[in-house]
Amino acid sequence: MTMHDACAVDQHLTLAPKRIGDLENRPLCLSGKGVTKVFGTGAKQTVAVDHVDFAFHEGELVSIVGESGSGKTTLAKMLLGLISVTQGEICFQGKPRDISTSRKKREYWKGIQAIFQDPFSAFNVFNKIDTVLLDCIHMTGGRGLPHAKKVEMMEEACCFVNLKYAELTNKYPFELSGGQMQRLMIARVFLLKPRILVADEPTSMIDACSRATILDMLLQLRDEIGMTILFITHDIGLAYYISDSVYIMEHGKIVEQGTADEVILTPKAPYTKRLISDVPKIYEPWDLTTV
Amino acid sequence: MKNTIRQVFHSPKFVVGFCIFMAILLTMLVYPFINPGDPLKMIGLGTFAEPGTYVSMYDSVGAPFSTFKIPDADVKRLDKLLTQEDRAKMREWLELAQVDVSELDVGDMDSLLAMWKQHYDPEIRIPGMIKAVRNYYIRLNNSILSASVSDTLKVTDTDEATGETIEKTKISKTDYVNVDDVANVISLPLGTDNFGRDTLKQLVAACGVSISIGLIAGAVATALGLLLGLLAGYLGGWVDDFIMFFTNIFTVIPSFVLLILINYSINQDQRGAGTVALVIGLTSWVWTTRSVRSQVISLRNRDHVNLSRLSGHSLPRIILTDILPYIASYVMMAFILQVSSGILAEAQLSLLGLGPKTTEVPTLGLMMNWAMLYSAHLNGSWWAYFPVILVIALISFSLNLMNTGLDQVFNPTLRE
Ligand SMILES: Nc1ncnc2c1ncn2[C@@H]1O[C@H](COP(=O)(O)OP(=O)(O)OP(=O)(O)O)[C@@H](O)[C@H]1O
Ligand SMILES: [Mg+2]
Repeated sequence: MTMHDACAVDQHLTLAPKRIGDLENRPLCLSGKGVTKVFGTGAKQTVAVDHVDFAFHEGELVSIVGESGSGKTTLAKMLLGLISVTQGEICFQGKPRDISTSRKKREYWKGIQAIFQDPFSAFNVFNKIDTVLLDCIHMTGGRGLPHAKKVEMMEEACCFVNLKYAELTNKYPFELSGGQMQRLMIARVFLLKPRILVADEPTSMIDACSRATILDMLLQLRDEIGMTILFITHDIGLAYYISDSVYIMEHGKIVEQGTADEVILTPKAPYTKRLISDVPKIYEPWDLTTV
Repeated sequence: MKNTIRQVFHSPKFVVGFCIFMAILLTMLVYPFINPGDPLKMIGLGTFAEPGTYVSMYDSVGAPFSTFKIPDADVKRLDKLLTQEDRAKMREWLELAQVDVSELDVGDMDSLLAMWKQHYDPEIRIPGMIKAVRNYYIRLNNSILSASVSDTLKVTDTDEATGETIEKTKISKTDYVNVDDVANVISLPLGTDNFGRDTLKQLVAACGVSISIGLIAGAVATALGLLLGLLAGYLGGWVDDFIMFFTNIFTVIPSFVLLILINYSINQDQRGAGTVALVIGLTSWVWTTRSVRSQVISLRNRDHVNLSRLSGHSLPRIILTDILPYIASYVMMAFILQVSSGILAEAQLSLLGLGPKTTEVPTLGLMMNWAMLYSAHLNGSWWAYFPVILVIALISFSLNLMNTGLDQVFNPTLRE
């Protein structure tokens, strides 16, 4: 890979993995028991997520790994409250989650936000970038702020993701590149500062160079704001590198879970072993540019 | 947005359709100023006056005249008097009367007339000729004689008090009146219809009414279809089931049959143009509902809608800003098609006698209905129905052309 030179600036991540230690002592922020999602009825029934149990701690970076079609996005949407749960219970910050009314949903979404897989389809093409960012300020109660203050907040958010606010005003999202759009998405999260961030394959649609930058930003969000990040990926090597704990998903079921070192260095489930054997350089120091 | 509009006006099909439609609209707006008055006023007492300019005979008598000596005036006068058919009949008579017509050329007026005057005698009875035909020849002969008799016509009047005949004026064959000097001249480019009404004026008015019917019907159908489609598609669940239940019922019953039944059940006097438009609109929302629904279903799970929900937007705002703009072009096209089919539906209904009541406003369909009832198509009064058909065709052609143009702009796979 010749990407190496081009991305020399973004090489903060070629070091050994960084884990937060005391997982057990942290409070639970999102957990679920027997969470199931069935699409369709009768003969056309698909069980996308099948009796899944999980527990995510505050400030943890959890990876959910599985191949295409294993139900990762479906699980993420259930966690986000975007689709209904067929069966099972989800607890948010220790209490059973209640999103029965739109007011309660809005309250819930102040605590949990998302980054989507495909940045190109994630923005309304009729809305300007300012609208996207202003909506976030309004959602966190900044509706009454003076305009100058709002601009300052947007500038700060853009600065965090290495974008220039002055260049973005009056532009539409589709006028940006994929990587820039994904960074704009992170700027949104930066403004909203939710407790939990669900990142559904945030780097799968963009090039290796932008990928490192995005991952770096996610780690920064975790370290600086203490966000819990649910990182969904099909790439077990990447998961090993950045996460504290890992869940392996196959056909809607969680087949293995534990800390990243446990799961990847001593895999038990055959599916995990197969996933690991597909990645050639897993035991060498990880170079993100070859991901 | 601006870009899209520019793109739309770069599509040749759209531009052609738009120009035709605008020309029709412009005519509709301007013509009533040129020729004001009630389009349903009966000006003629007979039916189906031919297209042309009508000069008042009464007024031309007193009008100032100039004298012209035009060499072939007489020939022309006779030409107008005797049709080709009359001349063929004259030759036929001569033949039957055993006159040698082998050298006669019917096109040569002078020799035909000379031979006719020489041989024709109303007393001659040709064996086998029925009375009606004999009378026809007598009438023909009289008009030929009167045309060639005198060089001047006397116009006389009767004094009411004394009963005396007063000579008003003499009209010579060489007298010509300037049309501008005649007080009453009416121009009827499309003649009159069966009730003696100016067909062109009526057509322009009917065009306006029919387009408004189309617009109302289209607006009602599109609004209803859009609303139901959005609700069914976005909300899903029992709302969807409920709406789709009705939609399916309406899909199974052909909407035209429904239209006929509803219109039949409304009394003729209550069936104004507005009512008919409303009924057409209320029976044609089904397809818009179905297709809007399916588009909304595919849109509602898109990430941009999810993002909007995560940003705490309310349901109306999501529908207005995240769903509607994405289907706006489609809705626009559906609207244009609905307008076009609304106009056609009115025409069809009126042809069946189930259109708007006939006393208030003309519509394109009613004009067709009248022309058909008074058998304009049988007696050769083409001006009573052909222009109407042409206008209907032009309107729906232009609307469909605009639609295809829009389709090409909004649906890149159709671009050449
Ligand atoms: N709206 C839906 N209706 C019916 N079936 C669905 C729907 N969404 C997902 N599925 C099914 O659920 C299963 C899991 O899909 P999901 O999108 O969660 O996979 P994924 O793990 O995110 O895959 P990828 O890595 O390709 O994104 C698939 O078999 C899919 O066909
Ligand atoms: Mg997915």
